[in-house]
Order: sequence, then C-alpha cells, then structure tokens
Amino acid sequence: MSLLFAQLLTGLADAATLFLVASGLSLIFGVTRIVNFSHGSFYMLGAFIGYSLMQVLPGMFGFWASVLLAGVAVGLIGVIVEICVLRPIYRAPELFQLVATFGVILIIQDVALFTWGADDLLGPRAPGLTGIVRIMGEPVPKYDLALIAITPLVLFSLWYMITKTRVGILVRAATQDREMVGALGVNQAWLFTGVFFLGAMLAGLGGAIQLPKGGADLLMDFNILAAIFVVVVIGGMGSLPGAYAAAVLISVLNVYGVTYIPQSTLVLMFVVMAVVLMIKPFGLFGREEVAGEHGQVGEPERPIKPAGPRGRLMVAGLIFLLALIPLSGSNFAQILTTDIITFALFAASLHFILGLGGLVSFGHAAYFGGGAYVAALLVTHLGANMEIAFVLAPFGAALGAVMIGWLCMRRTGVYFAMLTLAFAQLIWSLVYQWDEFTGGDDGLVDIWPAAWLNGTSVYYYFTMLFGIGGILALRHVAHSPFGYALRASRDSTRQAEATGIHTKRVQWAAFSFAGAMAGLAGALFVFSKGSVFPTELEIAKSFDGLIVVFLGGVKTLSGGVVGAASLELVKDVLTRFEYWRLSLGVLIIVVVILAPNGIVGTLHKLGERLGMTGKTEDR
Amino acid sequence: MIEVDGINSYYGKAHILNDLSFSIGAGEVVSMLGRNGAGKTTTLKSIMQLIRPQSGTVSFQGREITRLAPHQVAKLGLGYVPEERRIFTDLTLMENLEVGRQPFREGAPEWTVDILFDIFPNLKERRHNRGKALSGGEQQMLTIARTLMGNPICLLLDEPSEGIAPVIVEQMVDTILNIKKQGVTVLLSEQNLHFARLVADRAIIIESGEKRFEGSFAELESQPEVMEAYLSV
Ligand SMILES: Nc1ncnc2c1ncn2[C@@H]1O[C@H](COP(=O)(O)OP(=O)(O)OP(=O)(O)O)[C@@H](O)[C@H]1O
Ligand SMILES: [Mg+2]
Repeated sequence: MSLLFAQLLTGLADAATLFLVASGLSLIFGVTRIVNFSHGSFYMLGAFIGYSLMQVLPGMFGFWASVLLAGVAVGLIGVIVEICVLRPIYRAPELFQLVATFGVILIIQDVALFTWGADDLLGPRAPGLTGIVRIMGEPVPKYDLALIAITPLVLFSLWYMITKTRVGILVRAATQDREMVGALGVNQAWLFTGVFFLGAMLAGLGGAIQLPKGGADLLMDFNILAAIFVVVVIGGMGSLPGAYAAAVLISVLNVYGVTYIPQSTLVLMFVVMAVVLMIKPFGLFGREEVAGEHGQVGEPERPIKPAGPRGRLMVAGLIFLLALIPLSGSNFAQILTTDIITFALFAASLHFILGLGGLVSFGHAAYFGGGAYVAALLVTHLGANMEIAFVLAPFGAALGAVMIGWLCMRRTGVYFAMLTLAFAQLIWSLVYQWDEFTGGDDGLVDIWPAAWLNGTSVYYYFTMLFGIGGILALRHVAHSPFGYALRASRDSTRQAEATGIHTKRVQWAAFSFAGAMAGLAGALFVFSKGSVFPTELEIAKSFDGLIVVFLGGVKTLSGGVVGAASLELVKDVLTRFEYWRLSLGVLIIVVVILAPNGIVGTLHKLGERLGMTGKTEDR
Repeated sequence: MIEVDGINSYYGKAHILNDLSFSIGAGEVVSMLGRNGAGKTTTLKSIMQLIRPQSGTVSFQGREITRLAPHQVAKLGLGYVPEERRIFTDLTLMENLEVGRQPFREGAPEWTVDILFDIFPNLKERRHNRGKALSGGEQQMLTIARTLMGNPICLLLDEPSEGIAPVIVEQMVDTILNIKKQGVTVLLSEQNLHFARLVADRAIIIESGEKRFEGSFAELESQPEVMEAYLSV
C-alpha cells in the first residue's frame, strides 16, 4: 500500500513535465490551429539552456532562476519562429505549416548539436531539494514533492490567465473566430505571437524543470512528441484541465507499468489512449470539432485528368532512361536510384490518402517499416523464401492498416492525424522493446534477396518493376471509380453520402490500400539493404514522407514522386556536410514560403503564366 | 466621413463589386438596399477591408484606408456589425463585450457596459450566460453592443432587422435612432424598405454590385419603376 502511494507520487511528479509541454502545444493549437511539431524541440532547448544557466548561476536561487530564464529564452525563440517562419504562411493551407515546423526541428537539432555537443548531459541536482523524505516508510525525492506542488500552481495560473484576464478572453475569442476579433480592433498578429511565446515558454520550462530527474540530450525532441500528442488527444484538444488530467493518468500508469510489466512501458500510453477514445471520442474534456474545420488542404484543385499522350510519352521516356542506368556500370547511381524509387513509392502511397483522400496521416512509416519487418520476421523466424516473404509483406502491412484505420477512422482532422501518429508509435515501441522477437534496437539483419536476384543490377530492375508498378497501380486506382468516390468523400462528405457513397468505408479501404503499397515499398527496401532497424518505423520517417508530399505538391499526382526524388537527391548532397540538417531545414522552410503549391504545383503555375494555360495536364 | 471611390471587389475570380462609388456624410444614417446577393455585405466588408478591393479606394475621415488591415480600420473608429452576428458562443455575454472594448476616442460618444445595458435591458439579465445560450434577438443586440464597446465614430450595420421578431425590430429602430442621436454615423444594409425608411435619412440601391439609385426615400418612392426593378417589394 505504501509502495503504491509512493509510486503515485512519482507519477504525479513525472506528470509535471508532460503537462507543461503538452499544455503549450494545446494552447498554440487552440489559437493558431497549427500543430506545432517543433514543440518537442522547444522542450529540448529548454533543457539545454537551463543546463547552461545552472552552470553559471549558483545555489537554490540560481537553480530556479535558471528554470525561469530558460523558459523565457525558449519563449523568445518561439517568437522568432513564429515571426520568421509561420507569419509568412498563415494564409497557406494549415497542413503546409506542419512542414515548416518540421524544418524548424531540423534546424534546432543542429543548433543544439553545435552548441552543446553530441554527449548526453546529466542534469544538476536542485540545491536544497537533493535528499529524500520518507512517506509511510517509502523514500520519496524532495524534488518530486516540489514538482507535485508546482504543477497545480502552473495549471491554476494558466487557467486564471485564460479565463479571467483580457488577454485570455481575446485568446479564446480568437480560437473561435479570428477574423471577427480582428474586425473588432484587435491585432491578431500579436495575439498569435503572444500565444506562441507562452506555448514555447511552457515547453522550455518543462525541459528545464525535468533536468534534475533526467538531463539533456539530442533525442529529447522526438522522444516527447508522441507522449504530448497522446496527452493532448486524451485530455481533449485545447483543454488545460484535460491536459493535466491526461498527463497525470499517463505518468502514473507509466510508473506502475515500469514496476509490474516493465516490457510494456512504451506501449502502455497508446493502449490507454485507445481505451479513452473508445469511451470518450473527443478526449476527457474535449468538445466535438466543427466538421471541416481542420484537415483542409487548400483551395479546390483543378480536376485531375488522366495523362494525355504527351504525359504518357514523358513517363515512358523517364522509365526508359531509368532502365539505362545500370548500363553506366555505376553502383552508386543504381543504389541511389533504388532508394529513390522505393521512397517514391512510399511517398506516392501517402499522397494517395493525403492528397486524394484528404486524410492526413502522421504515422505512415508504420506501414513502410511494417512491410519491411513482416518480410524480415518471416525470413528470420520461419526461414521463409525471399519470394514468399516479399509477397506477404504488403499483406501484412495492409492488415495493420485495416486494424489501425478502423480505429482512427472514427475521428477526423487533427485528431485523426494524431491517432495515426500514436498508433505508429505503438508499433515502433512494440518492435523496439520486444527484443527476442524483433531484435529491438539491433534490428534484423541478413535479409538478402533470393539468389537469382542477388546483384545490384538485377535487384535494380526488380525494384523498377515493383516500385514503378506500384506507383502506376496507385495512379490507376486514383482514376478508377473508386478514386472518384474517394475524392468525392474528401470534398463533401454530405454530398458524397447523398450519391450513395459510403464515405467512411471508402476512406478505410483507401487507407488500407495505401498501407499495402507502403508495405510493398518496405519490402523492396529491406531486401535491398539486407537489414531493417526500428528507425524505419520512426516519426522522422513518417515526417519525411509528409515533407515530400507537401513539397512535391499535394494537388498533383506526381507530387509525391517528384518530392521524393528531390528530397533523396538533396539529402544525398547535403549529408556530406556536417550540419546537413540545418541546411535541409532552411531549405524546407524556404521552399514552403516561396513555393506554397509545392514543386510540381509551382511548375504548373509557372507554365500557365508562360502562356501554356490549358495545356497543363497531370503528369 | 466615408468615401467609396470606384471599388472593384472579387471572391476568387467572381467579380462582385463593379466600380462602386458613394459617400456618407458625418452624422448621417444611410441605408443600402438591394436584393439577396446584390453585393451589400460585400460592400461593407470592402469598407472594413475584410475583403480587399482590387482597385478603387475607400477613405475614412479623409484618410485612405484601402491598404490597412481590418484591426487598423477598427482602431480608426469604424465599427462593423456582421450579418451572421458572429457572437463568440463559448464566451459569456460580458466577455463578448470585453472583446469589443476599445479606449475612449476623441469625437465619438463613449459607451460603457452600464449605458449599453440601459439601451438593451434584456442583455443585462443574461450577462453571465454563454453566447450560445442567447436567443437570436439577444445575439443581434449583443453583436451591436459589442461593436459599440469600441466607441466607433461610424457604424457599419449589416441587416440589423434580419431574422428577429417584430417586437424586437421595433426595439432595433429605437436603438439605431438612439445611436444616431449620440452623433454616430451609420451605414446599414437592409432588404426591408419599411425598416430602412424608419431609421435612415437616405437610400442607396445596389444591384449586381453596381449603384442603381442614390437619394431620399421621397425620391425613391416617386420612382416606382426603380423600386420594382431592384427591390423585392
Ligand atoms: N464567400 C463567397 N465566395 C464566393 N461568392 C460569394 C461569397 N460571398 C458572397 N458571394 C457572392 O457575392 C455576391 C454578393 O453577395 P453579398 O453577400 O454581398 O450579397 P448581399 O447583398 O449581402 O445579399 P444578402 O441580402 O443575401 O445578404 C452574391 O452573388 C454571392 O453569391
Ligand atoms: Mg448580406
């Protein structure tokens, strides 16, 4: 009993950080409608800046001053991000802004690496709170008690600010109707900046305040991202008490989980989320979203026409050129192109559900990595033939997509997106923690193609066949009646239903088909590399896919493919430099600001402007 | 007070306002009349810069406001009351008023919560209710009161009589006359000729985004063919 209580206290203390960071995310989303992916980066910066400040500011006063100053510093960094990166693109489709915040993640990663180095930093103890106290005989760190006391204070201050002050009233009004707030004489630009400051500051505080319990390292940004998304989804988007309740729930269960079922720790929170959403679809304190409020991907697109003869000719020419590459004898070119084709198929499958279906998945890597793992597991554990494993991989991925799709399909917009991310993380944590079966962090190795496919050029043609075949299959389905039904469901659920389309079922089927194609890409991938690691299931992989689709252009079928090729090529060049993430991040942001229609979309527009109007066709 | 000079406004590619020009003098109450879809709301939004005219200018008190953001226009003393009311439904009535509050402005009457509750007694009882709990008539009162909290010099009122009960319409007439008495200039849009005549000094008729008539109600009534062509009477 006393142990249980002590564990409860530990959980409450852990909830402090989670709540601080998640409430910032929720606040920013509430007002600006931006899902700020770089929120984890703000948290990481808070930890690093706090660490540095604690080195110079001594004593108990110095410690707490460092925490506060780190929060303010990160808040100011948030302001810079808001003004430089987001302000120019508030008018762009909201999902495009996600990509920009992803660029920010990359930049902050390199800045942190450059400033603080690659080694993990051990957090200093909090002076005056270093010991333990015994509560019912159990040792409880004093610092934990401090955290338990601080969190409700923060919650109360935030609550007071939001409900009782003029700024809070304006923030809530802007959450509902920004334009009207502006017409009443309030400069929303500054309101947004203020909210960004506050949200980033909360993340920074969270990072600094957890130093004595954790520390600072370069993986913190992604590590907390899934957790705060889960907290926000469980608590209800935009609800502060909800964020607190959810943070406590997750943290406390996590502590019990660590003690009683240690191999489940990472999985547990996603299970909790799934259960909560089954019972309360909008989270503990959330309210129903207004339909059509989120997930919009910009102005209606021009109708997608099947490729004309010119387009077909170009594609045929391109395929012909690709087929010539092995003749050059360059191993490097073949491997790079194999990677590009694999990635292009992955991106095209994401584009299929995102562009055509309007379903923004943040967790598409689950099906790519899933396919790769299905093949690798069949080979490793059942000694399956490569051919059999290769064929079964897309089915395995599709099965996963069918199940996850069924759960996620109950929600729309940003909730759908976060659910897909959370389930992808669930798969990732399963693979990561189930050492005996999946090899955990060490991955699965020695997964080579059958003898007749062994050889760079042979496998290259194999990849061309299935990769390009897969992309063409996606295209074909896009132009089939099913593709039209999918687009109809995206554009107007009501009208689509009225014409007899079962929209949810259509979307679910599309999600599963996209999963299968991503699984095919994963299978191509695993046999070309001979191994697979959990990184292929990571958030970063899903984000790569998103970036590519958005940069290529959501509106054009070829967007995913062009984006994938560009990103792989750019990465190939940039990764030769030490700070390639920084360059890539800047590049992404520049493209987002300058070419809000994506590469292909912008080329189309340019073409139109140069007098080719009407001739543009989907390529 | 307001000079609209040859504005052209678009929704995407749809050309809505066509070289529209008119002016409103200080202290006047002018009613824009016209059928559904004539372009009345678009005109008010173009003045407020909620829609940016692609050509032409709008001036307020001699100052061009065509390139300003809506909040800057509002800060100059133009108050906008939208047709769809756009109450903040999650906020209480008092909080809605707070959003509209702006500091006292030279040359405009000062409105306080107490004064507004005198004018709109129904609102007082409901001051702690959320916006979504208010009736249509109460919401209409609130949206006007909210804009008055900004102490406007000039009020743009979009269809104040739309969708409210006859008793409340009468109350609305008194309210607008009251606002006028305080020296606020009012430009309102209306479909209801009877209502417009009760409150306004002058009428402007719009059809397909073009001005078709401008003058007193007496003149308007002497031209039944104009009324027939452009109003649903
Ligand atoms: N958001 C919009 N997008 C495209 N067209 C619009 C939009 N809003 C209005 N329109 C069109 O602009 C024209 C003028 O509309 P407006 O709302 O200004 O008319 P109105 O005179 O206020 O009509 P009502 O009396 O019905 O309020 C109409 O033809 C309408 O269809
Ligand atoms: Mg109107």
